[in-house]
Amino acid sequence: MLIENWNQKDKLQIKATRDGFGEAILELGKQNSNIVVLCADLAESTRVSDFKNSFPEKFFEMGLTEQNMALVAAGMALSGLIPFMCSFAVFSPIGNLTQVRVSIAYNQANVKIVSSHSGISVGEDGATHQAIEDIAIMRAIPNMVVLTPCDFEEAKKITIAAAKYNGPVYLRFERQKTPIFTKKESTFEIGKAQILKDGKDVAIIACGSLVYEALLAANDLEKEGIYAMIINNPSIKPLDENKILEVAKKTRSIVTVEDHQIKGGMGSAIAQFISQNFPVPIEFVGINDCFGESGNFEELRAKFNLDSHYIKEKVRQVLKKKGRFNKR
Amino acid sequence: MDFLHLKKIANQIRQDIIKMITEAGSGHPGGSLSCVEILVSLYFGDILKYDPQNPHWEERDRFILSKAHGAPALYAVLSQAGFFSHNELLTLRKINSRLQGHPDRIKFPYVETSGGALGQGLSIGIGMALAALYQKKDWQVFVLMSDGEQEEGSTMEGMLCAVKYKLNNLIGIIDANRLQIDGSVDEIMDGETIKKRYLAFGWEVIEVNGHNFSELLDAFKKAKNIQKPVCIFANTIKGKGVSFMENKVQWHGKAPTTKEAKIALEELKEEAKKYAN
Repeated sequence: MLIENWNQKDKLQIKATRDGFGEAILELGKQNSNIVVLCADLAESTRVSDFKNSFPEKFFEMGLTEQNMALVAAGMALSGLIPFMCSFAVFSPIGNLTQVRVSIAYNQANVKIVSSHSGISVGEDGATHQAIEDIAIMRAIPNMVVLTPCDFEEAKKITIAAAKYNGPVYLRFERQKTPIFTKKESTFEIGKAQILKDGKDVAIIACGSLVYEALLAANDLEKEGIYAMIINNPSIKPLDENKILEVAKKTRSIVTVEDHQIKGGMGSAIAQFISQNFPVPIEFVGINDCFGESGNFEELRAKFNLDSHYIKEKVRQVLKKKGRFNKR
Repeated sequence: MDFLHLKKIANQIRQDIIKMITEAGSGHPGGSLSCVEILVSLYFGDILKYDPQNPHWEERDRFILSKAHGAPALYAVLSQAGFFSHNELLTLRKINSRLQGHPDRIKFPYVETSGGALGQGLSIGIGMALAALYQKKDWQVFVLMSDGEQEEGSTMEGMLCAVKYKLNNLIGIIDANRLQIDGSVDEIMDGETIKKRYLAFGWEVIEVNGHNFSELLDAFKKAKNIQKPVCIFANTIKGKGVSFMENKVQWHGKAPTTKEAKIALEELKEEAKKYAN
């Protein structure tokens, strides 16, 4: 899974996951005549400009009509096309939620909802543009698959997997450039999590580009004699329950990591499953019930407790709980 | 009398609507009764291409009931057209029924889309019309909306989009019965300027009496050949055909009692005598 020099952060290539989407959708456009792209006045930001230029007949500029865009996509899907509708998560699917809920999800329309800008790491645009509730919202909707990649390489794979899957999918990409640390040839499957690094003391389950922060934390923790297992969890729904049960049984403590509200997010999904099937102590790294603000993404990750430093803190906390838990 | 055959069907549909909603104990009689002639024109006036033996026939025209609370009228028409059994109509809104209060295309595959949230049908129709043009298909798309639904922002987004893409295969129909839940469309927001809005956005508008088959059929035939989006603005009467329901907003979303239903059905059967031949 991991490339060989993954722990040499300064030497890694950096690219945004939205760029992975942009490359993959262009490739899909060449392969499949049913694939079309809709966009709400954000072609460059959502990385569909190349698609637009290569396939003008397959590209539909919807302007700032996100509600209309979701419905048009639904109508196209019900007529046999595979529409990818692209915007920022705050505008779509949050801004057009009732259309997404009824006409895409309830209809089981084969629409792919793409957000290029998700999480507090969107950065300088500030709180209005930082979608940190989208996972909670989308995973509560029946029929909806929710995917988010950890790096550029995985972004390409989830785009291709979404195109092959028949049904509504929410694809959560990120704006900022982050390290590429997974191998091109490793596979992605909807409903599967991957163990990136083995460890016996604690399982850190992360999604999105923060997976890399979790890996950095694990590296540092080894120096303290703490061996953390790192799990990349790109398929938030459906959840890889077997894998999560397996790692919970092995490490008996979990820390979840996501650039999203703690309430309702990926960590909530894990906690809900674990509490029913194999209760162990869990700590959560995520946004703690507040809005974001302007700043660059690294500053924001530090200020809002999403970076490797805070992940380590949460690991130490969960290990204390684990000790008490095991003594009972 | 002209269009006897269609009038006879419309009368039968109205009786079905009353029976279904009464049996269900809830539903929307007013807006179901107001759109009967529109639906009968489409399905029995040689306007829509469809095949009840092959409901997903690729070349069929697409009909979308955007005012999905009019579902009882559509169910009755689809049954009459031979898509499914007449007996099933009385399962409307009951547990385990295919006939949901608002149509569900997964449970009931004879509708093109699930619906129930107003303001969504027009743009779904735009998506289908764009797909037809992209796939070089000849089928056309018909979307039946309410006049209250014109208040939805998403409807106005669709009005813009249809014109941008010069959709010559999209026909919007407005069942303008002039009443919505909280009162008259004019009082609630603005029913007066609906036609002007469509014209201003660049649509062709054809105004008809929505209970007159001659006007409806002429409008549909004309609309099919107009090379831009067409809005057929059909002036209708909410609760049409049942005297005590006509133009009464309280019949928007209330089932008649058994006694009231009996009166309504007697009235409709009396009317039916005119078409017996």
